[in-house]
Amino acid sequence: MTDIATPEGRQGRIARFFDSDIVFSYRRSPIAILASIVALGLILAAVLAPWIAPYDPFNPRTLNLMDGFTKPMSSSFAGNYFLLGSDHQGRDVLSTILYGSRVSLLVGLSATLFAMTLGVGLGLVAGYRGGLLDTVIMRIADIQLSFPAILIALLIFGVARGLIPASQQENVVLWVLVLAIGLSNWAQFARTVRGATMVERQKDYVSAARIMGVPPFFILIKHILPNVIGPVLVIATIGLALAIIEEATLSYLGVGVPPTQPSLGTLIRIGQQFLFSGEWWILAFPAFTLILLALSVNLLGDWLRDALNPRLR
Amino acid sequence: MTEPLLSVRDLKVVFHLRRGDFTAVNGISFDIMPGEVLGVVGESGAGKSMTGTAIMGLVDPPGEVSASEIRLMGERIDGLDEEGFRKIRGKRIGMVMQDPLTSLNPLYTVGEQLVETIQRHLPLNNAQARERAIKLLAEAGIPSPEERIDAYPHQFSGGMRQRVVISLALAAEPDLVIADEPTSALDVSVQAQIIKVLKDLCASRGVGVMLITHDMGVIAEAADRMIVMNKGEIVETGTVGDIIKRPREPYTIKLIEAIPSIKSQNPRYAAAAARGEVVAANDDTAPLVSVENLFCEFDLSPSVFSRLFGGNRKIVKAVNDVSFTIGRGSTYGLVGESGSGKSTCARMMVGLQPPTAGSVKLEGTDIWKDKGASAKRRRSIQMIFQDPYASLNPRWRVGEIIAEPIRALGLTSSRAEINDRVADLLDKVRLDPGVMNKYPHEFSGGQRQRVAIARALSSQPEIIICDEPTSALDVSVQAQVLELMTALQEEFGLTYLLISHNLAVVRQMADAVGVLHNGVLVESGPVEEIFGNPQADYTKMLLEAVPDISKVA
Repeated sequence: MTDIATPEGRQGRIARFFDSDIVFSYRRSPIAILASIVALGLILAAVLAPWIAPYDPFNPRTLNLMDGFTKPMSSSFAGNYFLLGSDHQGRDVLSTILYGSRVSLLVGLSATLFAMTLGVGLGLVAGYRGGLLDTVIMRIADIQLSFPAILIALLIFGVARGLIPASQQENVVLWVLVLAIGLSNWAQFARTVRGATMVERQKDYVSAARIMGVPPFFILIKHILPNVIGPVLVIATIGLALAIIEEATLSYLGVGVPPTQPSLGTLIRIGQQFLFSGEWWILAFPAFTLILLALSVNLLGDWLRDALNPRLR
Repeated sequence: MTEPLLSVRDLKVVFHLRRGDFTAVNGISFDIMPGEVLGVVGESGAGKSMTGTAIMGLVDPPGEVSASEIRLMGERIDGLDEEGFRKIRGKRIGMVMQDPLTSLNPLYTVGEQLVETIQRHLPLNNAQARERAIKLLAEAGIPSPEERIDAYPHQFSGGMRQRVVISLALAAEPDLVIADEPTSALDVSVQAQIIKVLKDLCASRGVGVMLITHDMGVIAEAADRMIVMNKGEIVETGTVGDIIKRPREPYTIKLIEAIPSIKSQNPRYAAAAARGEVVAANDDTAPLVSVENLFCEFDLSPSVFSRLFGGNRKIVKAVNDVSFTIGRGSTYGLVGESGSGKSTCARMMVGLQPPTAGSVKLEGTDIWKDKGASAKRRRSIQMIFQDPYASLNPRWRVGEIIAEPIRALGLTSSRAEINDRVADLLDKVRLDPGVMNKYPHEFSGGQRQRVAIARALSSQPEIIICDEPTSALDVSVQAQVLELMTALQEEFGLTYLLISHNLAVVRQMADAVGVLHNGVLVESGPVEEIFGNPQADYTKMLLEAVPDISKVA
């Protein structure tokens, strides 16, 4: 019986997904469609950077100072064509943006994933157990939320740098950044999940599982988590945009990614040195990419929040 | 013949949904005469509330009122704009809602809300309006209204709050009151009083009432005429006595037959009594479950943090020295009003709430204190919950839900065997085994409750604790579920603890019954003794307050 039922069930699931309210709401929202195309395009371009970038901007052997400060859509003295111009070292701005988005997205995604795992885990435990553990976890979250996230990230980053030997820094600095941004963003996840968990915990299906002796860990993972994950996905999407901006801010301040792996923030920091001398493109294009990326991801998050909220349907 | 107060012709409410139109109310027509109470009865989804909403002009998009003619004292009120409806709502049509908690604004005193409503519709100054408000509260049966008028809604009990809502609805001297399930959220003893207040007040003012309810008993006590609705259409119209005693339509007959009456006995006893026998309780065997001097106290003191600054300890005794036994294969009914500690008892018996003192013994083993007792408890005790919407995890397939106890207790790990068992259980609760791959939201309330019963059965328990198993269901569905429970009891020799506020259900199902009041077991014994010859005053009061269709004149 299962042999027949399973393929049918799977097909039904795909059909049901395309028929679901969320797909319906997506198809009716031009903003969501546009935002998802832009975001997907930017992410794809970043992932495929080594194959689609016209130059390898971080290979010193291919750099030619004669290419420096080429205007957008023109060729340099050395005869190379730059669609978005080149910077002071003769690097192609388009290529640096592609490679830079790659770093920005990598850090942003990892940091969000880390913050989500930590926040959801702590939120589930706090909401389910309640009592002293809940008080301790949530007060830590409160304290953390009363500081600007960037300040906490700076603090963690500074401390971590001091602890890691200088020879290792080059390799691990990216992950320290992920840790710093992640630790400064977990509280929102924990708060949302805790509240939702406290609601779900009261429901009878959880009581039923407790009566039959399902261990708390499995109740949390198999029963409660699937029912509280909806709002988490919304925060994660909006959090991704925030994490990308936070990374850019840190890199702009010069404490972020190492200069050998510039992110969009690093590019903006480099570009702003030339803003007043007329080479606007070195700043404008990375900044524009950052805005586009953060905005599209944010709009997607907004749409997802509305689509998942039955009251707004 | 006088002109009807409200005349509705061909009322149709259509919801334009994504998957086509849904007709909630399909071309119904009826009249309400001045001073008349019209009962509108029907099961959930019959369109009875939507009818009331449409008359008030409160249907929100995607809903639309189409092709109708509604006249209030001869004057058309359908198709009015928002401004026109606002002049009618409150002033000419008063409204009493189901939930007295949400229909009052918690931030204003009762007096402020009454005075505001009075002054909006009548040209009175503050002092006059206040005087009128006090008079209204007094008429609604609120003791010492001069003091209570300055209280906030949370300082009233549920019944008192509903009285305030009624005085609010009558504040502007409306011609018509629409009461949508006015007593469904209240206990039986309070319910009877509220019906009386509503009926008396409307009779003395000649106000017409449209009383919407799912409870035929309430209609029988309060209404003059009634209409029976099903699937958006009127099935039958007539006087209450006519319909209840001589229903003509098959749907009405089915609906009335499904209502358990407080007078109808447990079929087992009825049969025995007919033969002139007395059914003896199984005294010879040791009871399966015995509850001994059970206490449960809740510490409602402020948190540790605020207690440091002098907060007082506050302890509530939810269950206070309760003892009873349940014989193997029998049903013990536990009745009482909300807050009487019935559910807390159940939670202590299934292992969800540790008792403060006392013991719950299962075949002599204390399930809370003895070693290894929790394994025994998990195997032998299962529970069915009130709300079939909350008791099934919405993200799980029905097959997984039913198999959960089998997996959790490690009864078997073979996939095929679990599948066979689930299919068998679905068959037992009369559902198609093919529904295994569906999700709970694809089922109706009654079907969900069957799934919950199948889950409870899947670990082959000896006793099932049923906490209000049918109170969220329509009467006809309730009858089916109760019948299923009886059949399963006979097939598997199950023991039930049946918790219910519905005395008729308990009388029909139980062998013995206990009456809880404020955590104290006021009376306990064989069901016929308790219902036939109640000793405690509280039990007498409860039995008298039950609205019953056989009381109709």
